[in-house]
Amino acid sequence: MTSTVKSPARKPWDAKDSGYRYQQLLVHVGTPLLAALIVFVSGIRGGSGLFFTWLGLHLITGALLAKFGRKKSTIANSSMEILLVASLILFVSAALSVLLPVFIKGISAFSSNLLFQDAATVEPGAELINGGILHAILGTVIIVILASVISIPIGILAALYVTEVRGRLTPYVRFFVQAMSGVPSIVAGLFVYAALIVTGVLSFSGVSGAIALSILMLPTVARTAEEVLLLVPDDLRSAALALGATQRKVVRMVVLPSAGAGLVTASILGVARVTGETAPLLLTAFGSTAVNTNPFSEPMSALPIYIFTQMLLGTDNDVARAWFACMVLLTMVGVLFGTARLLVNRRSLK
Amino acid sequence: MEVSLDTQTATTTQLLNGEAHLEARNINVWFSGKHVLADVNLQFPKNSVTALIGPSGCGKSTFIRTLDRMHELIPGAQLSGEVLFNGKDIYGPAIDPISVRLDIGMVFQKPNPFPTMTIRENVLSGLKLSGRKVRNEDSLVESCITRASLWPEVKDRLNSSAGSLSGGQQQRLCIARSLALDPEVLLMDEPCSALDPGSTRRIEATIRELSESMTVVIVTHNMQQAQRVSDQTAFFLAEEGEPGYVVEFGPTDSLFSAPNDPRTEDYVNGRFG
Repeated sequence: MTSTVKSPARKPWDAKDSGYRYQQLLVHVGTPLLAALIVFVSGIRGGSGLFFTWLGLHLITGALLAKFGRKKSTIANSSMEILLVASLILFVSAALSVLLPVFIKGISAFSSNLLFQDAATVEPGAELINGGILHAILGTVIIVILASVISIPIGILAALYVTEVRGRLTPYVRFFVQAMSGVPSIVAGLFVYAALIVTGVLSFSGVSGAIALSILMLPTVARTAEEVLLLVPDDLRSAALALGATQRKVVRMVVLPSAGAGLVTASILGVARVTGETAPLLLTAFGSTAVNTNPFSEPMSALPIYIFTQMLLGTDNDVARAWFACMVLLTMVGVLFGTARLLVNRRSLK
Repeated sequence: MEVSLDTQTATTTQLLNGEAHLEARNINVWFSGKHVLADVNLQFPKNSVTALIGPSGCGKSTFIRTLDRMHELIPGAQLSGEVLFNGKDIYGPAIDPISVRLDIGMVFQKPNPFPTMTIRENVLSGLKLSGRKVRNEDSLVESCITRASLWPEVKDRLNSSAGSLSGGQQQRLCIARSLALDPEVLLMDEPCSALDPGSTRRIEATIRELSESMTVVIVTHNMQQAQRVSDQTAFFLAEEGEPGYVVEFGPTDSLFSAPNDPRTEDYVNGRFG
């Protein structure tokens, strides 16, 4: 079966249609330019003015292109595409308008002593070359690690109870976890303050702060872990049970390894949830100006507390320090997320 | 072919003598009070292959899961009757379900190797999961994979992930995994329904070889498969809204060539189901 005429390999779906391309270019590049021109000429001001002028205009030109262009489409389809792009722009600009000022102001306040000194001898309003935020960085690290040590095991165990043991208390556990995720953070702080600090069980200290944060972290870890564990196919559980495994072994050797990457993500989400919490720490860790690495005695600072108190001081230099601390906090959370993603990718590639 | 004739003779003899390796007596099953299986009585002689056939929803899979106490893991499951294994009821009060599942292995409809383990680890997983030790792991791995007719395909990549195998290879790996525990009985719940004809043929050959040393019960939707691999066949049926039951049970040859019940005849000739 040899054919003499060989049809060359082509990509018919990629055929060049220059008319179509010019129309696309004209509409999708021309419209934003036209909107910019209208804004410039008419005196409409601000980013939102530009945004809405562009959006309205592009919806019209997109509809015209769909109706009369070289490749016909429906108006609903073209409008929806434009609205999707618009919401993407809105989302990205919201994120950037938070991140950019923090990094611009943070970097402009940078001075290496800020990372390696504490604020024990810093007077309000002092120049930026004096003191630093080391005490707050260490405090955040210590308090968050302690909170993780408390809430990650409990959270994962609660999730295992709900998904694996499926005992009689399952609906109650699920209900309380959901209810807990609605607890306002200040309430968690007040609870630790009233139940542990006022009664004298604990003092203002890192560990009090960690307990308050773990109350907030627990539901996030438990709920995310539950969702991750539910993704483990029941087939694998059946397979292990049919091989004569006890439930403990099924969980340890089959369920947990299969869900491993997801559980790391659940833990990181919990950490990210609480790293920036301020209110509960004010009532528990209380804050301090000197480095304190012992979470069991004496108040401890943390980045959110530091940012809060610096903003209250209000002088230019103190506010600049606060911006710097904001940048450090954001970077820490960012690095945490990045590491988690890397770990997860590597595990799932294996 | 010689093998199958021998086993068939053995089967018939044992049936006549009434010695069953595994026997279901008056099995009734309910799910949350709904009666789904009524009065199943089947005998599985030593080293025989029994096919369970019938239309979807007639309770074959439910029944096979009662034979190794996997049934009770479904929430709302209830049961009455006895399953005698070597003469002892596996539902007896002093019996540990885990020891039952070690002696009676199971292969599922969908291939389910452990994706986080390598091929080698999958074969050894049963030992690890049941907390057993074996002296020579390598030779066990080789012999189990060989018996599951998978050895030439995987011998050079025992340490790669089980997920890299094709569906048919994964199913044979699951069989190898069950064999590593050296079970006396192997239950197979539609093991070939997700596989291509080539893999199906290999698994059927494997079943014939395994039946020299163990008792096999296989649920299948494929009537040709039942005829090819089994010594005896049970035909299950369930009328709309009624519990499933066994219409006919007997040597495969006679059940297919001269069924006693007209419904069996209709089914094996493809007139319904």
